[in-house]
Amino acid sequence: MSGYAYYPGCSLLGTGKSYDESVRAVFEALGVPLQELENWNCCGATAYSSIDECTAFALAARNLALAHRRGDPILAPCPNCYLVLTKTQRYLEQYPEIRQRIVQTLERLGLNLGHDVPIRHPLQVLSETPGLEAIRQKIQKPLKGLRVAPYYGCLLARPYPIVEDPWNTTILEDFIRVTGAEVVPYAYRTRCCGGALTGVVREAGLRMVYILLREALRQGAQAVVTTCPLCQFNLEAFQDQALRKNGIQERIPVLYFTQLLGLALGLPPKKLGLHRHLIPFQPQRKALQEAVA
Amino acid sequence: MKGNGEVPRIGVYVCDCGTNIAGKVRVAEVVEFARDLPGVVVAREYKYMCSDPGQDLIKRDIQEYNLNRIVVASCSPLLHEHTFRKATAEGGLNPYLVHHVNIREDVSWVHEDSDEATRKAKAIVHGAVLRVAWQKPLEPQSVPVRDSALVVGGGIAGISAALTLAEAGKQVYLVEREPTIGGHMAKFDKTFPTLDCAACILTPKMTAVKDHPNITLITYAEVEEVDGYVGNFKVKVRKKPRYVHEDRCVGCLECIEACVFKEPRFPNEFDLGLSKRKPVYIPFPQAVPPVVTIDPDTCLYLRFGKCKKTCVEACGDRNAIDFDMKPETLELEVGTIILATGFKTFDPTRTPKYGYGRFPEVYTSLEIERLVNSSGPTGGEVVMRNGQKPKRVGIIHCVGSRDKNTNPWCSKVCCMYSLKLAHLIHERSGAEVYNFYIDMRTPGKGYEEFYNRLAKEGVHLIRGRVAEVTDAPLHPEEEGKLIIRVEDTNIGVVRRIPVDMVVLAVGLEPQPDADEVRRLFNISCSTEGWFLERHPKLAPVETFTDGVFVAGACQGPKDIPETVAQAQAAAANALALMDKGSVEMEPNVARVNEELCSGCHICIGLCPYGAISFNEEKKVAEVNEVLCKGCGTCTAACPSGALSQNLFSDHEVFSEIMGVLL
Repeated sequence: MSGYAYYPGCSLLGTGKSYDESVRAVFEALGVPLQELENWNCCGATAYSSIDECTAFALAARNLALAHRRGDPILAPCPNCYLVLTKTQRYLEQYPEIRQRIVQTLERLGLNLGHDVPIRHPLQVLSETPGLEAIRQKIQKPLKGLRVAPYYGCLLARPYPIVEDPWNTTILEDFIRVTGAEVVPYAYRTRCCGGALTGVVREAGLRMVYILLREALRQGAQAVVTTCPLCQFNLEAFQDQALRKNGIQERIPVLYFTQLLGLALGLPPKKLGLHRHLIPFQPQRKALQEAVA
Repeated sequence: MKGNGEVPRIGVYVCDCGTNIAGKVRVAEVVEFARDLPGVVVAREYKYMCSDPGQDLIKRDIQEYNLNRIVVASCSPLLHEHTFRKATAEGGLNPYLVHHVNIREDVSWVHEDSDEATRKAKAIVHGAVLRVAWQKPLEPQSVPVRDSALVVGGGIAGISAALTLAEAGKQVYLVEREPTIGGHMAKFDKTFPTLDCAACILTPKMTAVKDHPNITLITYAEVEEVDGYVGNFKVKVRKKPRYVHEDRCVGCLECIEACVFKEPRFPNEFDLGLSKRKPVYIPFPQAVPPVVTIDPDTCLYLRFGKCKKTCVEACGDRNAIDFDMKPETLELEVGTIILATGFKTFDPTRTPKYGYGRFPEVYTSLEIERLVNSSGPTGGEVVMRNGQKPKRVGIIHCVGSRDKNTNPWCSKVCCMYSLKLAHLIHERSGAEVYNFYIDMRTPGKGYEEFYNRLAKEGVHLIRGRVAEVTDAPLHPEEEGKLIIRVEDTNIGVVRRIPVDMVVLAVGLEPQPDADEVRRLFNISCSTEGWFLERHPKLAPVETFTDGVFVAGACQGPKDIPETVAQAQAAAANALALMDKGSVEMEPNVARVNEELCSGCHICIGLCPYGAISFNEEKKVAEVNEVLCKGCGTCTAACPSGALSQNLFSDHEVFSEIMGVLL
């Protein structure tokens, strides 16, 4: 075992670069070994499977086979990758005819699909190794006084939830509390951000973004913390349009949970990719400025 | 020379069942095929073999062609085997010389291809012809039926069944798990569609049960063991200690007043926790039996052995309280059993999107039934937890019904009770009421009229499955409210409706222990867990176990009129059995060939029904034919081939297999 087979997925190379940077930084700081899966390919996301499901499965299955060969569990920070890989694994177990075709295809590439490569999300992994208590011990700069809206997004909750009871889980909230920040009640924590709608049906997408942001602001949050590159992108990049349309002047930074954790662990903001964000994260309180400085 | 030594003369009858069979199977071809089989003297096709002319065909042919074996290929033997046995007997043959095979459920209904279906029908008929030649004449055993009945469950179904049986002069044991009878109906304020008061129609029946000389009421008790067979069931009932002697308690309730807990502080189960009770309590004022119960989980004395026992003091000479009471096991002997164990309501925490358990102002319909009940926790006032009347109330239909994520079935009563609740909530609080429905289902006498009445009363009826209940406002008027988000499919827009109170019209589910109860009474359940009736149309209250009947919502969602009708039907069926006084048992029992039996005991331990014993004198196994259910376990296990089973001899089974395969 050479640590988790890190599967950044396409998003984390592009708009989600800061997620990639902060995942690597935090795992390193916490001593959880992680090594990028060599020669990985796109999971196919939602686009491919809606055009040609079988090819889409083959695409995703190739990554499973690579991890199987390496003998390591997959670490997929992007919930969409997590979903597609998990779905592929389950479907191939369920439908032997499809599995048969995929196995043959992979064999031509010299790959063996295997059966049960674990697919994990960083929230799951870090809550077990090193675990919240161990993380708490390593907090250098608690983010005292920061009010945070926990936003899971929809894909971690369904259809393949990362925790047993996604409606009542507090896994993300627990991480936020470990950083010393305060969790605000956030009713929309697993509501969809609009996904690709901002690209294709702009008006509908903007409304979904607006509803999420408005509630975070109403609850007095100073930041929204996400676990998904698409959520982060929608809530940040479309924030100006969505809020301006509805006459709201305030803006709210949208961070990855790994960034928040990294700050509390005392990692430099730049290493966590915070400089890349469109809405700068400038903690309002003095104490906080000291903490992050 | 087979079976009983005769040369077989077989008549084969293949049924068209209208187009049910003939639509897929080429019946004429099957008949042609049968005609050439060994021993077949006559083979015929007929449109409906179960009809009188069909049966006459068999009877006439037995006389005319001197037949000694009959094969009928039609529907499932479950449905008509007895019909053809009867016809065979009327034709002058032993009824066990007919073999009935199924080419409808097993063939025409399940195959698409006509050629395949015809081929399979032929194979089945071939098997039957080879098998029937080996069948022997048998005599069914007749056993007496006891003149007493057990009714399990004291809701409106059990009450109705018990009263009907008792009125007919039968001894009835009514067993109820809770401290009082009355079931769900006792919790309701009014009933749809007439809005008559539930208590006014139910409590006289409850009292009648208590007072009836033919009914023995056993509350706070559960059936633990069932033994025996139709006509002669032996039942063990375990009675939980209520720490109060029912015969001595006069229901004065002075002990409740005197309890060391000055204020009630434990959730009252009968009010679904909306009110509080003391450790010594009576579920509701009209409870039957009208006696108190002491809850061992909250009573100080029963928990810690220390208390001033002011209740005992208050009881005084009546001496009804007895902290040393132990569980008691009663043994009953009954001829028939009626199961009326009812339902449970869906637990809405399984649909978290509606916020039950998260938002205090989200209630289940059963909780609201208690709120609108004049003897409920608020005396019939519809108020929120802060004591104020709601201005707007939303009722969400189909929670835990018609939903592939939870239960696929329609719970049948929710549309109507939701309309009723809409009426009552509006009447009691003046609130504006919104009903959110998928389809409005109001089939029943006076039901559609009730729906029209409600529409005229100004209840908002919005067609659409609610997406979520949230407390996150978007607009100023939503502040502090619960917002119901729904697609109004009648006008094609997504709406947000702010309300003060949400009522979830929870669906009906089988009792959580339905599967254990099913095993106990040896009956079947549908995949959903409802008790399975013998036939969905023609035997709706019978089960596959003779002498055991089902009534009410344990068999599937039902409203009160339907439940009562079914309960009385079950009682009538039980009566028919008891009044006849005896019942014939299927003779498909195991037999021991004493000359072959080595007395190894293997069969005795294996028999699931305790039907085999060892004859010490002869040193051989002995089968009690009344207890034997004909499962075949012993026959298969016997190492010396001494056991055989009527209707399933090796010759019969192997020649049937041979016929099917050839």
